[in-house]
Amino acid sequence: MVRYIGQRISIAVVTVFLILLLLFLMLELMPGTPFNDERLTDQQRDVIMEKYGLDRPILERFFKYMQLMLKGDFGISYTLNKNMPVSFMLGQRVGVTMSLGLQAVLLGLAIGMVLGIISALKHGTWLDSAMSMIAVAGVSVPSYVFALFSLYVFAFLLRWFPIRYNPSAPGLSGVLPVISLSMFTIATVARFLRSEMLEVLGSEYILLSRAKGLRESAVISRHGIRNSLIPVVTVVGPLVVNLMTGSLVVEKIFAIPGLGGLFVQAITVNDYNVVIAISFIYSVMFVLVMLAVDILYSVIDPRIRLSKGGPA
Amino acid sequence: MESKRVLSIRDLEISFKTTDALVRAIRGVRLDLFQGETLAIVGESGSGKSVSVKAIMGILSSNGSIDAGKILYTDPETGEEFSIVDMSQREIRSKISGQRIAMIFQDPMTSLDPTMTIGKQIMEGMRYHYQVPVQEARRKAQELLELVGIDNSAKRMKQYPNQLSGGMRQRVVIAIALACDPQILICDEPTTALDVTVQSKILELIQSIQKEKNLSVIYITHDLGVVAKVADYVAVMYAGRIIEKGSVEEVFYDPRHPYTWGLLSSIPDLNLEEEELYSIPGNPINLALPFQGDPFAPRNRYALNIDFEQEPPLFSAGGKHRVASWLMDPRSPKVERPASLERRLKEMREEIGRNE
Repeated sequence: MVRYIGQRISIAVVTVFLILLLLFLMLELMPGTPFNDERLTDQQRDVIMEKYGLDRPILERFFKYMQLMLKGDFGISYTLNKNMPVSFMLGQRVGVTMSLGLQAVLLGLAIGMVLGIISALKHGTWLDSAMSMIAVAGVSVPSYVFALFSLYVFAFLLRWFPIRYNPSAPGLSGVLPVISLSMFTIATVARFLRSEMLEVLGSEYILLSRAKGLRESAVISRHGIRNSLIPVVTVVGPLVVNLMTGSLVVEKIFAIPGLGGLFVQAITVNDYNVVIAISFIYSVMFVLVMLAVDILYSVIDPRIRLSKGGPA
Repeated sequence: MESKRVLSIRDLEISFKTTDALVRAIRGVRLDLFQGETLAIVGESGSGKSVSVKAIMGILSSNGSIDAGKILYTDPETGEEFSIVDMSQREIRSKISGQRIAMIFQDPMTSLDPTMTIGKQIMEGMRYHYQVPVQEARRKAQELLELVGIDNSAKRMKQYPNQLSGGMRQRVVIAIALACDPQILICDEPTTALDVTVQSKILELIQSIQKEKNLSVIYITHDLGVVAKVADYVAVMYAGRIIEKGSVEEVFYDPRHPYTWGLLSSIPDLNLEEEELYSIPGNPINLALPFQGDPFAPRNRYALNIDFEQEPPLFSAGGKHRVASWLMDPRSPKVERPASLERRLKEMREEIGRNE
C-alpha cells in the first residue's frame, strides 16, 4: 500500500512538472506580450522585457521559474497588479474559492447520496420520480441559470440572503453560491448512486444478508452503500476538482473574489506569472484529487487492493 | 420413531403484482417437513419452487404477497409455534430467518459481499441477533469454517470472497447459514453453479452436517440426480402446484405423473446409448395469463379431454404418495410408462439402494 502511494505520488509530481512545461510553451506561442501598450516603442518594450528577464531563452526561464517556485516565489504580476507578488495576489482568493468549493463538495455529496439512496429504496414510487426530476434538472440546468434564479428569488424578492458575497461574513452570503455550485454534484451523485444501488439491491449477497435476518436498514448500511459507492467515487473525482477550482460564472454572479475570475482576466492580458500560478494550483489539485480517488477506491474495494498490479 | 414436525405449509397461495397482470405463482401448496429429514422440491424454472421458500424466509420481493394458506413453524426444542403468514416481514427476519431457518443460495460467486471479509460475514448473524462478544463469535466462526472443511481458518477469516474458489465460497455460505444454529436449512440449487467434481463434495458436506446437527433440510433443485442421492421426500412442482409428492422410494420406484416421467427421462445418462437426450416438449405456461384445466395438459402427450377442462385434484397413490393427474382416476384409460423410462428407473433404484 505504502509503495503504491509512493509510486502514485512520484507520477503525480512528474505530471505537474509536464503540465507546467507545456503551459510555459503555450504562453510563449500566444500572440503578444504582457506589455501590449500601444504607446510603448519597440525599444522601450525590449527594455522592459529585459528587466523582467523575458528576453532569455524559454527553457532557461522555465528552469529559473521552477527554482524560485520551489522556494514559494511565484514571481510578480506584470499587468493586473503591477509588481505585486503573485503569491500575495492569490493568497486570499485561493482561500475564498477553496472554502466555498469544499462546502459545495460536502453539501453535494451529502445531499446527492441521501437523494440517491432514498430514490433507490423507494424505487418506482412518486418519491423516486420526484427525485429523478430533481436530478435531471440538476444535470441539465446550467449553474448560472440556477444561480441567477436563486439570487432573484431568495436574495432580491425574499431578501433572505445578501445579494453579494461578503468575504468577511461568508456564512450567510455564502449559502446561495454554495448551493448553486453544488447542484450539479448533487444531481450527478444522486443519479449514479441510485442506479448503482438498484443493481446492488438486486444482487444475491443482499438476498443472503436479508436471509441472515438482518433488518432492511442494516442490510442497506452494511452491505448496500459500500458496494454502491465504488463506481460513484470515479465520477465524483473530477466533480470535486471543478468545485474546488471555482466557477467563473458563479463567481461573477455573486461577486465572489475567487480564482476563476482572476484566471480569465490574467489570460486576456498575458499576465504570465498569474496564469501559470493558477494553472499550477489547478493541476496540483486535480492530481491530488485523482490520487485520493485511487486510494479511496482501494480502501472501499478489497478486489482492487488485492489484485495484481494494484496497490499491494 | 415418529419425528417432530418442524414446518407445515397448508394451501399456500402467493401472487405477484406485475405492471399488467397478477401472477399466481403458488397455487395451493401443501407440504410437511420433519426434524432430521430432507425434502426436495423439484421443478423447472418458474414452477414456484424458490418462491415458496422465500415466503418462509420473509424475503419475498416487494410485489409478492401471500394471499391465503398457512405456514407453521414449530421449534423442535422449545415447541414454540410461529405462524409465519401472520408475521410481518420484519418480524420474520428478527425471529425466524437466519436463526431458526437458514438458507444457502445458488451462486456462491455472487452470494457473498465482495467488500467484507469472510470472517465478518460469518460473524454478522451471531453478532446481530444474539450480540455474541467478538472473541466468542470469532472462535465460533473459525470452528464453523473448519466444520465446512476449510483449513487455515484463522487466515481465511481475514480474506475476501474473491480470494476463494467457487467451492470454497459455497462452503463459506454454508458456514454463514449455520452461524446461528438453525433447525432448518434451505438449499436453493446449492450445487448448480459449481463444478461437477465439487458438487458431490458439497452435497456430502451438507448431508454430514445435517446428520451431526439433526437438521431438517429443504433442497430446491431441478436435478433429480441430486434428489435421488439426498432426499427422503420429494415434491414435484409445476406451474405453482405440487403435482406429485411422496417419499423418494415412492416417486422413484413408481412415478405416476407424466410430468415426472418427463423429468426423469430428461436426466442425462452416460450408461444409456440413446442418441438424443429427451426433453419435455413445449414451455411452461405463463401464469399471468388465464388458463383452463391442467396447465401441463398442452405439453402432455397423455393428456385426456378432461385435462383441458378441469385441473386434476391430488389423488392418493398409497402411502404418502400423492399425484395430481386425471390418469389416477379409476375411470381413465390405463397408460403404461415408456420402456426407456422403465430402464432408467431401474438404474435409479439401484442408485438409491447403494446409498442406503
